[in-house]
Amino acid sequence: MRNVCVVGVGMSKWGEVWRKSLRGLFVDAAMEAIKNSGVDRLDSLYVGCMASGPFVSQEHLGALMADYLGIPGLPAMRVESACASGGMAFRAAFIEVAGGISDIVMASGVEKMTDCSGDDATAGLAMAADQEYEVFNGATFPGLYALMATAHMAKYGTTREMLSTIAVKNHKNGAKNPVAQYPFEITVEGVEKSVMVADPLHILDCSPITDGAAAVIVTTEEIAKKLGKPYIKVLGSGVGTDSMQLAQRADMTTIKASTIAAERAFKMAGKTIKDVRFAEVHDCFTIAELMVLESIGLYEKGKAGPAILAGETALDGKFPVNTSGGLKSKGHPVGATGVAQVIEVYKQLTGQAENGRQMPGSPKIGMTQNMGGSGASSVVHIMEVA
Amino acid sequence: MTMFSSRNWREYPQRYRLEASKFKKSGKTYFPPRAVDPETGDTEQEKVILPDTGKVITYTVIRTAPSQWTDIAPYALVIAELTDGTRLMAQVVDCDVNEVKIGMEVRIEFRRVQTESHHGVLSYGYKFVPKWY
Amino acid sequence: MAGIVGYGAHLPRHRIKVEEIAKVWGADAPSYKKGLMLREKSVPPPDMDTITLAVEAAKNALKRSGGVNPVDIGAIYIGSESHPYAVKPSGTTVAEAIGATPDIHCADFEFACKAGSEAMFVAMSHVDSGYMKYALAIAADTSQGAPSDALEFSAAAGASAFIMGKDNLIAECLFTHSYMTDMPDFWRREHQFYPQHGGRFTGEEAYFATTKGASNAILKKSGMKPSDFAYAVFHQPNGKFPQRVSRELGFTQEQIDPGWLAPRLGNTYSGASPIGLTATLDVAKPGDLIFMCSYGSGAGSDSFIWKVTERIDEARDLAVKTHKLLDENLIYVDYGTYAKFRHKIKMND
Repeated sequence: MRNVCVVGVGMSKWGEVWRKSLRGLFVDAAMEAIKNSGVDRLDSLYVGCMASGPFVSQEHLGALMADYLGIPGLPAMRVESACASGGMAFRAAFIEVAGGISDIVMASGVEKMTDCSGDDATAGLAMAADQEYEVFNGATFPGLYALMATAHMAKYGTTREMLSTIAVKNHKNGAKNPVAQYPFEITVEGVEKSVMVADPLHILDCSPITDGAAAVIVTTEEIAKKLGKPYIKVLGSGVGTDSMQLAQRADMTTIKASTIAAERAFKMAGKTIKDVRFAEVHDCFTIAELMVLESIGLYEKGKAGPAILAGETALDGKFPVNTSGGLKSKGHPVGATGVAQVIEVYKQLTGQAENGRQMPGSPKIGMTQNMGGSGASSVVHIMEVA
Repeated sequence: MTMFSSRNWREYPQRYRLEASKFKKSGKTYFPPRAVDPETGDTEQEKVILPDTGKVITYTVIRTAPSQWTDIAPYALVIAELTDGTRLMAQVVDCDVNEVKIGMEVRIEFRRVQTESHHGVLSYGYKFVPKWY
Repeated sequence: MAGIVGYGAHLPRHRIKVEEIAKVWGADAPSYKKGLMLREKSVPPPDMDTITLAVEAAKNALKRSGGVNPVDIGAIYIGSESHPYAVKPSGTTVAEAIGATPDIHCADFEFACKAGSEAMFVAMSHVDSGYMKYALAIAADTSQGAPSDALEFSAAAGASAFIMGKDNLIAECLFTHSYMTDMPDFWRREHQFYPQHGGRFTGEEAYFATTKGASNAILKKSGMKPSDFAYAVFHQPNGKFPQRVSRELGFTQEQIDPGWLAPRLGNTYSGASPIGLTATLDVAKPGDLIFMCSYGSGAGSDSFIWKVTERIDEARDLAVKTHKLLDENLIYVDYGTYAKFRHKIKMND
């Protein structure tokens, strides 16, 4: 297995981007990544996207994006794993380079969510859950995470304030992120006064509907060095799955798929959670961030909440989480999220985080955790400074 | 884009009659039935019917409802553990949403789950009601 | 003769009071309450319809049936004026839900408020003739009353189910009589959402004449008189009509009391007298004779004479009693919620 690196990154505008189509968003991010990396060719392309079919009636994205990127004949493939599509596209690129099949691969993600009604967007997102046994009976995404939140609060005494603190922290970080959809701070009171979506989750506990794309160039260490641009090493990659129905999970208060993915990534990297300084995790809902930190072994079950309240995951804390602003403040164009997480880790490791978002000390090792649906799939990557 | 006709029909044994499968080796019941027991890899199974009572083990109240449930919003959505240990996700109706709590006893009732516009098929299935008798 | 092997009922939990409806239309609640002898009526929520009520009633009937296997049921007949589909019998879904398919005859019945008793009549005939071992008759409705119309105060929802058989009876049917003339007192044209009616014309010549026609005929046929009966159940579009017709026929208030549900339930249309019968069976004793006469506009009445057997003592507690469903655990709604539940509000679709 060869050493794999990330050498150039790019993002489109993120938010309600009325003037850009699905392919337009992708091209913006892709061209920026190519420019920032200095590569003069691509060997292959992975496009992560969850629901372009339901949202804009467009499938066949590998071919479409290769076409519009202006590289005829480029090997290209769409990757889908619900909200983990981007992270899985990155993994596919990693595998292709690590395995010696290609030298320069673009891992990208894109989602266009505002060309359809809110109702259709919700229905599209719900396709990540069990259609016949969850969605048919009335489940929504906030609803599924709310069920997990209620269970977590009952089992461990996790509080409303702990969840609000996560949203506040992520907005504080996102306010400094030039790409963020919601670059402004919020308060605990503001979270708790916002409209209740599915008890106990308020609207400010939930990530938004976002248009956006992200792309990174994945290559060998040899090529990365030659390009002369800042690059980072990908030490490990791991994937896990769990039952689709929340009702069939052994423990509804943890994300077993992430635990498995993290174990596998750490094994490949030859590292443990103790070696990691910071992480970008999948805060589709505030409770998700809390459960994920326990699932990846950073905190014992039930102990993430108090640590979060104590500020351990803030930008200046022991283990900064979601310095980008997370899905909550940065936005969540579903297929792009996993790739954007890699971009934030790249920026932090190479000292390029903007506007005072760079964490103190020089972080050496960071990780990304991306998951799909209510946690039926998850992908974790461990990355290190060059 | 929904086409409930054939999708509903295929699910009748589960939605109407709660037919599940119980694996020989582990004795564990799965709903809906599946080909392979994830715990043991066993493929030998028998048809069983789920019991119709249980207890709520987690719940939420969906206040921002998808359009097919506008007329009953807000509604409670729960996972209940039935008396045989199988867990089931469904709405709890016929009660004040604020009454739903962990440990609440519930019973399964046959209800119309979705209506496909003015001219589409009617989708029937199971919901929970508080077990008051 | 054949008779009832298992019986059961199901009612919604929701209710709306006469005052709530009167308030919206500027009507005088006390005079409606007095004139109709009606306080409140049942309201089905959007996820309840004739089919769902029928399934639950049928399950209760199976619980009381002494172990009837659904696959042995030879026919399923559901009488209603609010079948969810105009074309596709309610019986198909109900039979599938209780596991009675595929070797079963199915037909939906309609005849305004007597569609239920009609189903009972036909189911019983099949069994009595020896043509099939068991037949299931269900009387279920979630009827609509036009806004501001007098019938809006009473149009309600409920279901009852009867498994007819020859052995192991709870109540034997001794006599039946059906009486019918062409009577335009109440009707609904195809594609119309609400029914129309002839106002006061629905009384004397329609409800009373027809009910008396069937009742007097069965009394004559059987050689019995009102005082022979422990109980009597009549069609109950409101509380007043069954009180008056029973009195005029020679029955007493005590006889009609257990099955006189309209004052608190409203008019469950096809379900009315059959649900009344289930409530009566819940309190009847072995050997009791029960007189039953339905009425359906259009118009016709099916009358029955039932004789309760020893088995009632063991069967009545095997499923929930009708009065428990009527009296307990009620959820009162306001007119807005009622209108939303009953699809009376114009939505954007």
